[in-house]
Amino acid sequence: MTTAPVKAGWRFKQPSVIPGFGLTLGFSLAYLTIIILIPLSGLVWRSAALGWADFWAIAADRRTLNALKISFGTAFLAAVVNVVFGTVVAWVLVRYRFPGRRIADAMVDLPFALPTAVAGIALTTLYAPNGWIGHLLMPLGIKVAYTPLGIVVALVFIGLPFVVRTVQPIMEEIDKEVEEAAATLGANRFQIITRVLFPGLAPAIITGFSLAFARGVGEYGSVIFIAGNLPFKSEIAPLLIVIRLEEYNYEAATAIAAIMLALSFLMLLVVNLVQTWSRKRYG
Amino acid sequence: MEVRVVNVRKEFERFPALHDVSLDIRSGELIALLGPSGSGKTTLLRLIAGLERPTKGAIFFGDEDASQKSIQERNVGFVFQHYALFRHMTVADNIGFGLKVRHGATRPSGQEIRRRALELLDLVQLSGLEKRYPAQLSGGQRQRVALARAMAIEPKVLLLDEPFGALDAQVRRELRRWLRDIHDRTGHTTVFVTHDQEEALELADRVVVMSQGRIEQVGTADDIYDTPNSPFVYSFIGESSSLPVKVENGEVWIADRPIGLQAPHVPSGEAVLHFRPHDVELLDGCSGCIAGTVAASRRVAGTRRVELEIGGERQRVEIELPVDHPAAQKSRVAFRPRRWKLFPTS
Repeated sequence: MTTAPVKAGWRFKQPSVIPGFGLTLGFSLAYLTIIILIPLSGLVWRSAALGWADFWAIAADRRTLNALKISFGTAFLAAVVNVVFGTVVAWVLVRYRFPGRRIADAMVDLPFALPTAVAGIALTTLYAPNGWIGHLLMPLGIKVAYTPLGIVVALVFIGLPFVVRTVQPIMEEIDKEVEEAAATLGANRFQIITRVLFPGLAPAIITGFSLAFARGVGEYGSVIFIAGNLPFKSEIAPLLIVIRLEEYNYEAATAIAAIMLALSFLMLLVVNLVQTWSRKRYG
Repeated sequence: MEVRVVNVRKEFERFPALHDVSLDIRSGELIALLGPSGSGKTTLLRLIAGLERPTKGAIFFGDEDASQKSIQERNVGFVFQHYALFRHMTVADNIGFGLKVRHGATRPSGQEIRRRALELLDLVQLSGLEKRYPAQLSGGQRQRVALARAMAIEPKVLLLDEPFGALDAQVRRELRRWLRDIHDRTGHTTVFVTHDQEEALELADRVVVMSQGRIEQVGTADDIYDTPNSPFVYSFIGESSSLPVKVENGEVWIADRPIGLQAPHVPSGEAVLHFRPHDVELLDGCSGCIAGTVAASRRVAGTRRVELEIGGERQRVEIELPVDHPAAQKSRVAFRPRRWKLFPTS
């Protein structure tokens, strides 16, 4: 009798010396189901009970559309701002040694820890027309508090650590020799940063961007204080959901939530695809 | 391009890494900086490249004082031990990088850059891999790409910092021959750093032996091996044995016996005798020789290496014997070094 040839192809379980594959996978799936999947499917379920016609009526409502536009627009802008300045902050923290560097480093994490409402109130006080910063901007005709610009400011505050903390470790790993190699080949400082260092950081920056963006879309606590919450102007989608809930209009609330969920999922999917593509190329 | 290092001193935070080093590198020469770690060889290489600035002294490329120039202006090709390739660029883009970052009229066209990259890729025998990324190459291939990248800018000198240090023995030997071959074809003035003496002696036209921030000796492989000029070079290069001796009236003594070596030009006093374990003459009787009892014996490839205890102070010294020599444990062996050198104890 000959032995059966080993079947090539995909197998559910790869042979491995690390034990506990079944246990850990089972646990992870159960955990994700309880924590994420069930609540989210409940959301979809509730909004599906609405029927297409009603769903569209809510989705196409001007107030809803405006709220979504403001939520995603400000979150996007804030994430862009954070990518630029978060990368600069990470650069300074990684590259230079200066007194107080550790304190500055610790400060980056504050937006993680601070209750977002506190951040919102503090920012509002600063940027209100009679606040410390607000009264300086007033003569220039720039109004921050109670406008979409205020929302962006709040989201920049909230999202900063996401960019810094994802870019920083990758920046620390950059080999000094790579820069030296570029310099011996004749590249000046600017060329080294734009052509050698920055492309190497791109995957981390994209990750930081998507985290800051996702956080910004979902942010509620800090924004409602600084936004002024004028319908059609500075009302964010999460706030509109709360308003609908307070009106006992659960269907509308779940419908808006479902739309946000779909949009967020789509954007994160795109970011992930970009990531996979860049990782495949650069290893 | 001829390179002259003139009285260079380099300190890192008051700690001297190089003391007053001078070295003339001839145009077209392949020269090795050899020494143990901490000897300053990499510092010297980085100073020539401009990656470090000398605390004192100057470095000339031809008649130009290069120490006033930035790294970018020096136009040197530098190859790092760990390749330092740009991992987000293809092999061809890596090689073309130095040409692409040039300004204005000195920058060749995109087509010309590509042509040069492919040509160099051919020179380093990696044709067909131009579209790969560094992550998709083996260590040896990466280092060849790094060399091609360094040569793309037509450097005045090519500087290699332990270029084969991260590779396994087989690839090392292969690349060594290959580098010699490339050097013979292209004729770049090349300086490479290594701690592997076999690599230095086999590959280089001249070897610079360094120790503790100083140059100990500069010479061809023959010079360095046959006439070492310091106890350090004697013990660092190849196998060597040493014995404390006394010189009196031009004769060498161990304890109370003359050993039959004449040293008419060495001043009387304490000294250390150095010789190669394989370069000894075995003697039967002993009037004027070094004699000792066998303390240990090992078979090493085609010879037998024995450790002898000499005299009352039981100084240990190693020599090589033919495999069929009858010497066994405790038996007495008498010998006299054929080639040797005395360094006075200071």
